[in-house]
Amino acid sequence: MRGLRKAAARPRAIARKKATKVVAKKKAPAKRVEKKSAGQFIQLPIICDADTLRTLIRKKAVRVVDVRRAEDYKAGHIPTAVSLPLARLLEDDSPERVVQLLQEFGVTEKMPVVIYDNTFGALAARVAWAFQYVGHSNTALLEMTFKQWKELGLEVEARSNSFKPTDHPLAINSEMYADAQYVEAAQSQQGKLLVDSRERLNFLTEHIPTARNIPYTMLGEGGNILRKSDELKRMIENRGIAPDSEIITYCGSVGTLSGLAYYALKLAGYNNVKLYPKSFKEWKSLGKPKDEFKEANYWDLSAE
Amino acid sequence: MSKSRVASANPKQKGVLQPKPNPRWGREEETEFFAKKVKLFRQGKISEDDFRRFRLQHGAYGSRLHADYSMVRIKVPSGEITADQVDKIASMSEAFSIGSAHVSTRQNIQLHWVQLEDVSEVMRGLVEAGLTTREACGNTVRNVMCSHFAGVCPDEAFDATPYSMAVAKFFLRNPMCQNLPRKFKINFGCCEKHGLVKVADIGLVPAVKEINGEQVKGFRIYLGGGLGAASFIGHALEDFTPESRVLSTCMATVRLFDRHGNRENMARNRMRYLVHETGWEKFQKMALKERTAVEMTTSLATASNYDVDAQEDKRQLPKASGRMAKLPMFEQVAKDGPAYERWLHSNAVAQKQEGYFTVFITLGAGDITASQLRILASAIRELSAEGSARLTPQQNFAIRYVRGADLREFYDRLATAGLANPGALTIASAVGCSGTTSCNLAITNSHRLAKEVQRKFLELGLDTDDSLKDATVKISGCPNSCGQHEIATIGFFGGASRIGTSMSPTYTMLFGGSAGEQGELGRAVMRVPAKRVVDAILKIIESYRAERAVDETLHQWVVKVSKGQGTGGIKTLEDVKALLAPVVQLPPAEEDPDAYRDFGSDSKFTAKTARGECAA
Repeated sequence: MRGLRKAAARPRAIARKKATKVVAKKKAPAKRVEKKSAGQFIQLPIICDADTLRTLIRKKAVRVVDVRRAEDYKAGHIPTAVSLPLARLLEDDSPERVVQLLQEFGVTEKMPVVIYDNTFGALAARVAWAFQYVGHSNTALLEMTFKQWKELGLEVEARSNSFKPTDHPLAINSEMYADAQYVEAAQSQQGKLLVDSRERLNFLTEHIPTARNIPYTMLGEGGNILRKSDELKRMIENRGIAPDSEIITYCGSVGTLSGLAYYALKLAGYNNVKLYPKSFKEWKSLGKPKDEFKEANYWDLSAE
Repeated sequence: MSKSRVASANPKQKGVLQPKPNPRWGREEETEFFAKKVKLFRQGKISEDDFRRFRLQHGAYGSRLHADYSMVRIKVPSGEITADQVDKIASMSEAFSIGSAHVSTRQNIQLHWVQLEDVSEVMRGLVEAGLTTREACGNTVRNVMCSHFAGVCPDEAFDATPYSMAVAKFFLRNPMCQNLPRKFKINFGCCEKHGLVKVADIGLVPAVKEINGEQVKGFRIYLGGGLGAASFIGHALEDFTPESRVLSTCMATVRLFDRHGNRENMARNRMRYLVHETGWEKFQKMALKERTAVEMTTSLATASNYDVDAQEDKRQLPKASGRMAKLPMFEQVAKDGPAYERWLHSNAVAQKQEGYFTVFITLGAGDITASQLRILASAIRELSAEGSARLTPQQNFAIRYVRGADLREFYDRLATAGLANPGALTIASAVGCSGTTSCNLAITNSHRLAKEVQRKFLELGLDTDDSLKDATVKISGCPNSCGQHEIATIGFFGGASRIGTSMSPTYTMLFGGSAGEQGELGRAVMRVPAKRVVDAILKIIESYRAERAVDETLHQWVVKVSKGQGTGGIKTLEDVKALLAPVVQLPPAEEDPDAYRDFGSDSKFTAKTARGECAA
């Protein structure tokens, strides 16, 4: 890649804390990638770190997806990234359409896809979930937002990328998905629980009955869109949620915050997780019951 | 002492030369222990009462009518907080609370609506920053307060901060105060004027006395004061207590309280009741006798846990020479004049260290968002020569050791974050406890009302009127005085009244309270419906302006009237009642239902409370 090595050799803009991290992490993932012979793709974990992504970009062995607004993409993005603003996905996120998008971006069945945003990972998570739902399991979230990527002085380019369309099979992972009916049934089923990932005050105001609150704000830390898995595990275990529970995440309207919570739970080792992408907005529009807490004027604590 | 802390150094040097060391108030193992206890409680293996006691001892207060959430009270000893700690609290509030933090009237920082299961995570983060929530609630020695001017006050005998810190450290986790009859509060002042020394179980004001030709440092100590449903002003223990007897005096008082305090009647078990019921003269004798016993029996090992010297800030701060050694005096600032001048007028004061200023951040009832905290932290780090801030009982931040030449930059930085409101040191900076936003005992939304008062007063530019400057407005949501309404010029505490056939949130208004060594408690005047409080205060100000003697401030006028010594048309509290009668009148509920609702509510008012968390 253009200027990539040069940039790596001059980490001048890299923040002190990050710099050590980048150096420390550099070896292992890079080696792992190099072991693979050309044409064979590696399977990414839930979170892809910056160094792995840079290596994959260099080897042209990844499709990077930028889900920010089109104008942000035009102003500069991670090298080789294609643009898929979340709004474009949400215009029609039927499985057939999502597979079409993968094909449009030249993504083949086993190709690693790394997604990033500038919204603490929530938009990226929603797109990643959509890709995995239609059968592209090799999808990962970049560990950081584009803002951090830039602040670290990592490579950015401005040209628009397009790739030769490919074929991609459609294989729906229905175990990832929940609709209102499913949620309603789960409310009274043993071993199933609902997680609302909106902020605390929104949750207190109203939520789906029986839901527990894991606000998205507690999932990331210090520039990482998600905390380390053991930390997430501890925080969720503190809530007494059994490891074999089936968890359905939801948020306010389109499944972004809850998309991030979906991956946080996965990262924490909870394997049986579902997303209710239409979330509380649909639930309310269907006139389904909700829990409200009106005994305190907590909104007046807000300093805004 | 503090004066010698300022050495000659590069005057262009900004920020601290070296940050304060991590004070290590917190302990990692306590966070794990807390998490474990929560699990046991959820599994039904610990009784609710036992868990409640444990939870409070560790600083987690139950939230209003919802046991799944806690208010996490972070102890900030002497109110001193470093830039790193401010940053950490920002992160904690964002991750686990509601994205904002709240400065309390006792120099704590409170995080509201934290899920019980996340409290241990908050504690974990705080430990990293050297903070603790241990004994912030419960029947223990609570956060030890110290005047935010200590060390910079031109009128102080010496800096009380190291003493305050040493006392705090001594009592934290000390077996002698883990199970007191009730909470216990120790407040240090700096001079006669500043500090809440007469409304604490123990209040201490630094003083120097010549003894046998030697200048001896010590304190004037007051015992048995306190605010609450029934408040008392503290009594002077003796003329002068040398610094060598500070620890034994405090220990003796705590021991007396522990031994004789009322453990039966929760409504009357603060030490002030013990003092009151025993009679001051008798209690005084008991305290002096107990002190002798303490001095004869305290082991060196125990006494060594009280180490003032270790708490001294020995860093050499650079001298603040250069431009703006003195604050520009604005003869008149107007509400429509330059915002910077208006802010400077009411938010900055000169320190005894030449060229340095203490700058105040005007918060609304102590609320500050996570992003504001971060901007504040960077301003503290870079523009305060001591690299830390103090929390004030007025629920604001005081940033000290800011150079005159840096004031403008400081202001500009704050302004970008919406933190540059004027009025911090004026009547506009109204105090309000949490009220119904999170407290079980609250009847009214005092928190929001305090914000409404501030908004209105700033809108009217009352902060620019120096005759109102020394007056204060303080509001509590119930009679229990967390909003310190009894030491306000005009104070209010919340209740419920039937007006006609409807219930209405109402406040009892008090006149003429004050803090400091000459502090007095306010006198109740009358009840004012919540939605008429702002109007009532404005009417009082209008009347004061018409009636005042030359050079008389609002505070002086109110105190005079509260004692029935008014000189004009308003002579007594009865006259005030008559004056306000038309203002507090509500139309029938059918005509104006909103007048009968509390702030922040669009439904009918009902007084709903649950068991208080103030006592374990």
